[in-house]
Amino acid sequence: MSRRLLPYGERGLLLECEDLTETIGVLRALQRLDLDEVTEMVPGARTIFLRSAQPLSPQRRRELLELEPMSPAGGSAAEVEIGVHYDGADLTDVAELVGLTGDEVIAAHTGQAWTVGFCGFAPGFGYLHGENSTLRVPRRAHPRTSVPAGSVGLADVWSGIYPRRGPGGWQLIGHTTRSLWDLDRTPPALLQPGTVVRFVAHGG
Amino acid sequence: MVQDLGREGQAHLGVSPSGAADRSALRLANRLVGNPEDAAAIECVLGGLMVTASAMHWVAVTGAPTDVLVNGTRVGSHASLPLHPGSTLAIEAPREGLRSYLAVRGGVQVAPTLGSRSTDVLSGLGPEPLAPGTELPVGAPLQPLPDTDLAPVERPRTTLAVLPGPRRDWFTDDAWRTLLTTDWQVSSESNRVAVRLVGGQLERSTPEELPSEAMVRGAIQVPSSGLPLIFGPDHPVTGGYPVIAVLTERDADHAGQLRPGGTVRFVLARERLPGSPGHR
Repeated sequence: MSRRLLPYGERGLLLECEDLTETIGVLRALQRLDLDEVTEMVPGARTIFLRSAQPLSPQRRRELLELEPMSPAGGSAAEVEIGVHYDGADLTDVAELVGLTGDEVIAAHTGQAWTVGFCGFAPGFGYLHGENSTLRVPRRAHPRTSVPAGSVGLADVWSGIYPRRGPGGWQLIGHTTRSLWDLDRTPPALLQPGTVVRFVAHGG
Repeated sequence: MVQDLGREGQAHLGVSPSGAADRSALRLANRLVGNPEDAAAIECVLGGLMVTASAMHWVAVTGAPTDVLVNGTRVGSHASLPLHPGSTLAIEAPREGLRSYLAVRGGVQVAPTLGSRSTDVLSGLGPEPLAPGTELPVGAPLQPLPDTDLAPVERPRTTLAVLPGPRRDWFTDDAWRTLLTTDWQVSSESNRVAVRLVGGQLERSTPEELPSEAMVRGAIQVPSSGLPLIFGPDHPVTGGYPVIAVLTERDADHAGQLRPGGTVRFVLARERLPGSPGHR
């Protein structure tokens, strides 16, 4: 196991895991443990940032390095179904890039479960990791200055949904009318680390 | 703009911590007027703030050393003072440093967003930046005024203490030396998201791309340009470029006072472990 603990400021530590899958599993285990001295946990693609008021004890550090990742027991991972109109500007480009037809791209997107690895970039933006690498595509060579809210995109190993209008460089394959970020909702973010997402194609 | 101590503990949802760029100055201003330290106050850059009291208010101005005028007359900063109804307070541009904090007894009582009244310039969360004519509601005092109504004016510091960051090993030893020996110039492209620096290039020891990981206030990140930046309170919560060093908590506040055109140097922080001599 090549997990490492890296220093990150006076009150922070970066727990580096093998890969995203291990990171998601370790995050679940940490959430279950609910350590008193850890005041904040921020996952990344292969790391979890931990903030504590005091430096963690050597024993606690050892525990972090040896913690068994947890897989979602049946029904314990929050599941969200998101309806998508697959009418994105880049759907044809994506099909060409991965060597499939447009319909096959849609089937690949809806046919696998996507797990929120971490959030970043903007409030409510979740980086979704799929079950296979069928839809792995590079970012657009020229990012757009304005991507409509609800746009569903692909980049590298990720899928994601833009919570609000703004600049973006991902390949857009569709849009959803579902609200990803709503300040009147608790929690305001629809997607949180560990949430499992299934996309459903809406006709038309 | 309105700032308090920010939105803690929500970074995992993509929400930046935000809050005052110079947290200790905000806390001091609040203490001077008998507020809880996390009450909302006004943060302004290079002075330029003028407010009129519509009722009797106790106020204090802290942060960068500057002149404060009440009805045109110079009064002290870093002191609590009464502002009578109809009186105008103006904060002049500071001679050094960047940001001033105006606290009012009772706190600025605009509606909070996600538990904070701070304006986040990256995401747009929180109150709109203040414009001429904006009226700010003030709350009721919660604590007595302190016995001390004066505080020492701390000069902005331009040598800031750092600890090695999580990706120190992504950089050459030359890069580390360059970080600690350069007189970095603060770029005018700096804001609450990041203080951008010019003056040297920090060489990578590996061409790898960094899988996105958490970023923190005070982190010194090196994007593909090789020019370092210091993340401020409105930093993006994750990033794909390596962090070579991290400011101490206290010196992250001093970073909030770095002026475009000014200079900053970094020095390795002496380790202060809890319980050891010299630990504050």
